[in-house]
Order: sequence, then C-alpha cells, then structure tokens
Amino acid sequence: MSLTLDQVRRVAELARIAVSTDEARAVAEQLNRVLGLIDQMQALDTRGIEPMAHPLDAHLALPQRLRPDAVAEDDRRGELQAVAPAVDGGLYLVPKVIE
Amino acid sequence: MLNASLKELSGALAAKRISAVELTGLCLDRVRALNGRLNAFITVDEERALQDARAADARRAGGVGARAAGPLAGIPVAHKDIFCTRGLRTTCGSRMLADFISPYDAHVVERLAAAGMVLLGKTNMDEFAMGSSNETSHFGPVRNPWDAARVPGGSSGGSAAAVAARMVPAATGTDTGGSIRQPAALTGVSGLKPTYGAVSRYGMVAFASSLDQGGPLAKSAEDLALLMNAMAGFDARDSTSVERPAEDYTRELGLDLAGLRIGLPREYFAEGVEPEVLARVREAAAWFESRGARTVELALPNTALAVPVYYVLAPAEASSNLSRFDGVRYGHRAREYADLNDMYRRTRAEGFGAEVKRRILIGTYVLSHGYYDAYYLQAQKVRRLIARDFAEAFARCDLIMGPTAPSTAFALGAKTDDPVQMYLNDIFTIPAPLAGLPGLSIPCGFDRAGLPVGLQIMGTYFAEAKMLGAAHRYQQATDWHLRAPRETPL
Repeated sequence: MSLTLDQVRRVAELARIAVSTDEARAVAEQLNRVLGLIDQMQALDTRGIEPMAHPLDAHLALPQRLRPDAVAEDDRRGELQAVAPAVDGGLYLVPKVIE
Repeated sequence: MLNASLKELSGALAAKRISAVELTGLCLDRVRALNGRLNAFITVDEERALQDARAADARRAGGVGARAAGPLAGIPVAHKDIFCTRGLRTTCGSRMLADFISPYDAHVVERLAAAGMVLLGKTNMDEFAMGSSNETSHFGPVRNPWDAARVPGGSSGGSAAAVAARMVPAATGTDTGGSIRQPAALTGVSGLKPTYGAVSRYGMVAFASSLDQGGPLAKSAEDLALLMNAMAGFDARDSTSVERPAEDYTRELGLDLAGLRIGLPREYFAEGVEPEVLARVREAAAWFESRGARTVELALPNTALAVPVYYVLAPAEASSNLSRFDGVRYGHRAREYADLNDMYRRTRAEGFGAEVKRRILIGTYVLSHGYYDAYYLQAQKVRRLIARDFAEAFARCDLIMGPTAPSTAFALGAKTDDPVQMYLNDIFTIPAPLAGLPGLSIPCGFDRAGLPVGLQIMGTYFAEAKMLGAAHRYQQATDWHLRAPRETPL
C-alpha cells in the first residue's frame, strides 16, 4: 500500500501537524518505506488469534486495577499552571474559538 | 574510584575512605572534562548534586533524626531526561519540552532519592525516546566513548555513554524496543529492561505505554541488581504496576550454572548479523557450557515480524500519547497562528523533530478509519504469536541468549537517511518488550575495530534475578565490563 500526497496531507491534518507542500513529498516517501516494512506482517495468517492489547494480559491475565473514587490529589493548580504558555485567573488561555 | 563497582563505592563510603561530596566532585570533574566532546548530559546542576551529596554524608554519619543509610546512599546517578525531576528541567530530548520544569518527581526519581543517591544530572536521548542512535535529540547527537565518530546507540544513548566514559557510576534509562539494551551493547556497559510492570512508569514521559519500561544502566550485573532493589516495586499511581512482594534482585548472584538450560534461538544467529558479533556471542555461550550449563537450540519463528509489528503498535500508541503536546498546558507554543487549530498545527510542527513527526503520522494512519483492522488489529494478533513463541521456548530452557544488536556501533549519519535501516537495528531487542519479558545486555568482547559487543540474556516474566545471576557469574570470570573506553581513558 502506498500513500498519496493527499493522504499524507489528510493524516497530517488528523495529527494536527503542519506539513508544507515542499515537505509533503519527502514525508510521503519516508512513510511509504515504513509502510513497506509494516506490510510484511500481512503475510501471516492470524485467523482465530486473539489480539494482545497489553503484555500483562499475556502472563498474568490481570484486569486493569481500579482505585476507589476518592480525592487523592491536593490542589496544586498554581504549580501546574506555572509551566503553561498562557494563563489568566487560573484559566488556560487559547485563541478565541467562538466569535 | 571511577571504575569501582557500586558495592566497592558503598564500602568506601561506609568506611569513610571517601565522602559523597568527594565522590560527586570526582564525577562532576569528569563531566566537565568530557561532556563537551560526548554530549552525554543535557542538564547538570552542580549545586543540587553537591547538596544531595552533603545530605547523604549527613545520613551516613547518623545523628539525631537521620534516616538509616542504605547501600546506595551517596552514590551519584544520572537520570535519562525522560524522567520528570521536580525543579530540574526535563526535556525528553525535544524542543517541545526544552524549557519544561516538572512540578513533580517520577517514581523512579523518588525511589533513588529516598535511597540517598545523588542526582548528578539529566542525560541526552533520542527525542521522545524515538531512535536507535541518539541522533534525533534536539540537543545534538551523543558520541560513543569508544569512537567519537560513532553513535552510542539509543534512545538511552546519553545514559550509556555517561556510564561507559565513567562520568557517573549508574544511570537510568527506558526501553520500549531496545532503548536500554542496544545502547548498553554499543558502549560496552550493562543494562536491564525489567519485566513490564516491575518498575513504575509514573513520571516517565510516555511514548508507547504498553511497551515502555524503565531500568538501570551500570558497569556490571551486580550493580544493576543493587539499583533494581531501589528502583523496582509497586506504585499505585501507575495502573500497570504489578502488585507483588518486594524482591531482592541480588539473591541469585551466586547462581549455580550447572544444569542451567540456555536457549539459543536460531533466528538470532542468522544471516545479517556481523560475523564478529556472532563469534563473541558464541564464545560467551561456550563459556557457560564450560561451567556446566546446557545449550538448547530453539526457534522463535516470528522474530522477523517483530519489527513490522512494533512499527504499527509503538507509533499508534505514540500518536495518542503525544497528542497532549498541544501548546496549551505546558511545553512549546508557536509564536504566530491564525486560530486554535492553526496553533496546534504550528506548535507541533515546530516542537517535534522529523522522526517524532514520522511516527505520529504512521500511528495516526494505522489507527485511521478503514485501516484499523489491517494494521492495528493484525499487529496485536502477531504480538500474541510472538509472546507464545517465547512461552514455548521457556518451557524448554531457563534463559535465552543471543546478540543484543546485529552490529557494533555504527558511524554517525550512517543510517539517518533511511528510517527502515535504523529500525532493523532493533530486531533482537524488540521481541522482549512486545511480549513484556525482561532482557539485559552485558559486554562479551570486542570486534577487530575495538568496539564492544553485547550479549543479550532474556528470561521469563520476573526472572530478572536469575538473568542477573548468570550475567554476574560471567562477569566474575571476564573483564570486558571493566575496560574503559579508549577515547576517555581513566
């Protein structure tokens, strides 16, 4: 399977990564090499094989652990927002979404 | 002192032959002398390191209210820059996090600090741990202390180079498809990727969550065992942390090799592996046989599919994990943009390097509508077959041995043009994390160019102590692990 330039642009849009027209061709070429590698696994007959989502499922057959629904964290908003690009009054600032 | 084992350093500190401040000073001198050339560290905070060292000295001196000092108290450690360190920048090798200062410590960082270890600094790495040569780092490549024109491997290349060059006696790393074991092999140090769930992922920047596992790099298997005693253990903040009793990873260092069954998978001794690498690994296997171990030839028939499977699953998980880098809550934000969507697109275009973008795009594609079954589901099915191959193999042997990497360290730039060539370098390290199994790499000799060769030892789930025992017995009889690189003589 080979990706067209349009498909690369579409995937880049889904991934929210700006790819210029100049870059798209090189990206497509590299992605197609990787897809060529990936396609090797299509040759294997996997009918009846249960997909393995997680390694713990292979050896412990463990379900994901749940914790009690209780407050476990202190309020550290100031500290957590100190590393944000733009905040005001405890809120994260982003460009206007609704006019 | 710089070539001493952790046990020797611990003894010297306990006997007051050296103080933690002096030992830390020796390491800082070495970092100052060598880092300009090797680029193994991204961040070194000398004042903080010396403060940790003074605290460790106070702890060892005892006194009122002092916590009892464990064996690692006062020994310097470097953290891969993927582990969050409160108050000390955590870049993950990326422009996206170039100025990021975490408000909390990773579990591993907490554990080693509680053990009294001195945080020397943060080591260089492939961006977001995506790479096998440390060339994708935003902070420039790391150079191999054995030959500065060659790569140290990756993604934990800075940690491996720092230990190899004797800048620090121990370092942490993470391994998703080989990122601890492959750089350990290429730089002649020892590195362990534990069983999935043995070491908490809390505070470790996520790449592929069903594969990522933290572990130690050091000079010897004995050092790794001591570090595992401090690093591993249950943590409720990681939902995949396995709840089990604490383990003493040094308990099998006296392992009796007589009757030990060592599996040699024929796929690991095949064409495509450098003949000198195979020769050194066979010599190591022969040494184990000379001590009474029995070798068993076996098959891991889906080995060749591990790389293709990995390059579906790891990018798929990465595309989801890295969606958090949107320029809103932390990290880089583009300076100019038209609207919210444009801010995301430009922030991510500027913040991520080429390899990270490539993997996000691959991951987005294989998860997209119409391709999910053919790629993602098929990869998960083959993943189960790979795990089954190992289960069958471990019914016939106690440990599996083979090369860690198909070649010794390659030249900088040799594989940067073709991602597939770079990916295939991980063919022998990718299968273990797909199955969730532990694996380690120790040095087992050199090629004609004087570059180290790594022996990989894999075990079944939670067999780390036995793997470390076998490695330790080998290191008691050999001195490959004690040789310091020629570019950075002691």
